[in-house]
Amino acid sequence: MAETMEGFLTAEATLSAQKAQEMYRLMVRIRLFEERARDLYTRNVLRGALHLYIGMEGVAVGACSALHEDDYITSTHRGHGHCIAKGGQTELMMAELMGKSTGYCKGKGGSMHIADMGRGILGANGVVCASLPIAAGAALSSRLLGLDRVAVSFFGDGGANIGPFHEAMNFAAIWKLPVIFVCENNLYAISTKFEQSTAVPNVADRAAAYNFPGVVANGNDVVDMYSKVGGAVDRARKGGGPTLIEAKTYRFEGHNMGDPQNYRSKDEVEKWRKIDPILRFEDYMRAHELGNDDAFQHIQAEIKDEIDRAVEFARNSPEPSLDEVMTDIYAD
Amino acid sequence: MAEKTYAQAINEAIREEMRRDPKVFLMGEDVGVFGGAFKVTVGILDEFGPERVRDTPIAELGIIGLATGAALTGTRPIAELMYIDFATMAMDQIVQQAAKLRYMFGGKARVPLVIRTQQGSGRGNAAQHSQSLEAWFFHIPGLYVAQPATPADAKGMLKTAVRNDNPVMFIEHKLLYPVKGEVPDGEYLTPLGKGDIKRPGKDVTVVATSRMVHFALQAAEALAKDGIECEVVDPRWLVPLDSDMIIESVKKTHKCVVVHEAVERGGIGGEIATQIMEKAFGYLDAPVKRVTAPNAPIPFNEKLEASMIPSPERIAAGIRSVL
Repeated sequence: MAETMEGFLTAEATLSAQKAQEMYRLMVRIRLFEERARDLYTRNVLRGALHLYIGMEGVAVGACSALHEDDYITSTHRGHGHCIAKGGQTELMMAELMGKSTGYCKGKGGSMHIADMGRGILGANGVVCASLPIAAGAALSSRLLGLDRVAVSFFGDGGANIGPFHEAMNFAAIWKLPVIFVCENNLYAISTKFEQSTAVPNVADRAAAYNFPGVVANGNDVVDMYSKVGGAVDRARKGGGPTLIEAKTYRFEGHNMGDPQNYRSKDEVEKWRKIDPILRFEDYMRAHELGNDDAFQHIQAEIKDEIDRAVEFARNSPEPSLDEVMTDIYAD
Repeated sequence: MAEKTYAQAINEAIREEMRRDPKVFLMGEDVGVFGGAFKVTVGILDEFGPERVRDTPIAELGIIGLATGAALTGTRPIAELMYIDFATMAMDQIVQQAAKLRYMFGGKARVPLVIRTQQGSGRGNAAQHSQSLEAWFFHIPGLYVAQPATPADAKGMLKTAVRNDNPVMFIEHKLLYPVKGEVPDGEYLTPLGKGDIKRPGKDVTVVATSRMVHFALQAAEALAKDGIECEVVDPRWLVPLDSDMIIESVKKTHKCVVVHEAVERGGIGGEIATQIMEKAFGYLDAPVKRVTAPNAPIPFNEKLEASMIPSPERIAAGIRSVL
């Protein structure tokens, strides 16, 4: 079994009201951005692939809240949440979803390739698990350049059974790279149940094979995520090497738009909706006097306005000119 | 000028670039104390130490994936794939990641990555260690592709590749490593996308790559005895391809033979022939001729293997067929 990481990951994080409200704001920003994207997609304003992060906000926000601005993340096809949690701007994201020239990628990337190099967001990635070696490489470069940056690499339970997972884990282990692998175990790889594809009960157990700590976290509990990723980040920054953190969570929506979801029951979805990470965090904040209903409503209203503005910005932005097809293939 | 082997020239290029720029580092299987499977990186570990000369596990996807991530974040890796055949294990990272990240991110990223590898048959390595796969990478927008034929080109081109901000597939040839040639003294760079006329002539253009440049020169030498003057054009870079040099030569000679060691189907010869047809059709006195390996895997048996590789004699026969 994986090392339990006792001592540096078990203590509950102490959140200031300001930090808690920042985290709450990020979770709401993800939720409302995704709900709006879903709405725009069903009205044919958006096209292409759209994988919604709704229900998993605790994972991205907990993890990214433990990072510095110049730390790196790599993301997945379900990447909007990671991008927002790391500081991505919703208007540039929405413009990218609409394929506009003002979008993060000038309309050339779309939902699955949003990146913000200035904020250490090394890109969403359309290939399952392909960004794990890239994150390990960013961690290597941080060390070679004498920086103290760490990299967090998000991937899903479906990514835990493909080669790049194992190669990245092994490289990170032998070179003690400052990288934290965050598995978002939402129980399904499209339709395939986790236990159908994976013989161990926890992805985190596999860290034992690479001789570094593997930890299970409650992905619907942003405080648990923040605490455990924070511990792993401290360890990585001090030269202690990588950690694998498995966030147990669930996507409320289908794999993508149009998913018939014939592989899971409505009861199961309802059960998980009852442990919505945002509602759970509201309870936590009330109980710890970090925020009240007025504060929550105020933040929600602010974010709703922000998303409205993002949609307006995107709608009013120009399409890229056709000669953009042939730019950005090579750097000068 | 001093005479050096192709392997020595590459070794010098790596050292010079690592001395010049601390962000350049080397990673790959057995590149350290072992000095590389083909002894190209001998002594580099001693000079630069294990932080910058990194032996890796046998994990080609990981090698290219980590190198891509490192390149994306401010370093300039030279990653070695021991055999180009093993690029099959790393294709996602080469084709889907390194080649495309800049474009997908709207030009907001750079991937200054050199993938050093070697290819080619003639050593009895059979079908999984002998292929010539340059056309796979030639096909992918976002990659540059280099195929040096001489020690001087190998050194100057590798230094250029290391300083370039894009992923470069730097494809060496396993049988060229011991080949000697004059290498200029001091610092020099071989310009990106610039071909080289290895032998001037007026009767027929022979476009050849990598080891086939040497065989084409032998064929040209033999044909010269019969008064046939071949112009041997070595593109050196397949991407960017020096189409202008090829077209200008064909406009002068009106005939062209393309020679490569890779199998014929889908090889770069087809693209070069098409470009000539599109840009210089009216100048041609004969159809463009390809001299390549047949469309088969590389066999082990020495005679069978040798029969695959375009020989100077087969190249000469191909040239005569267009005259």
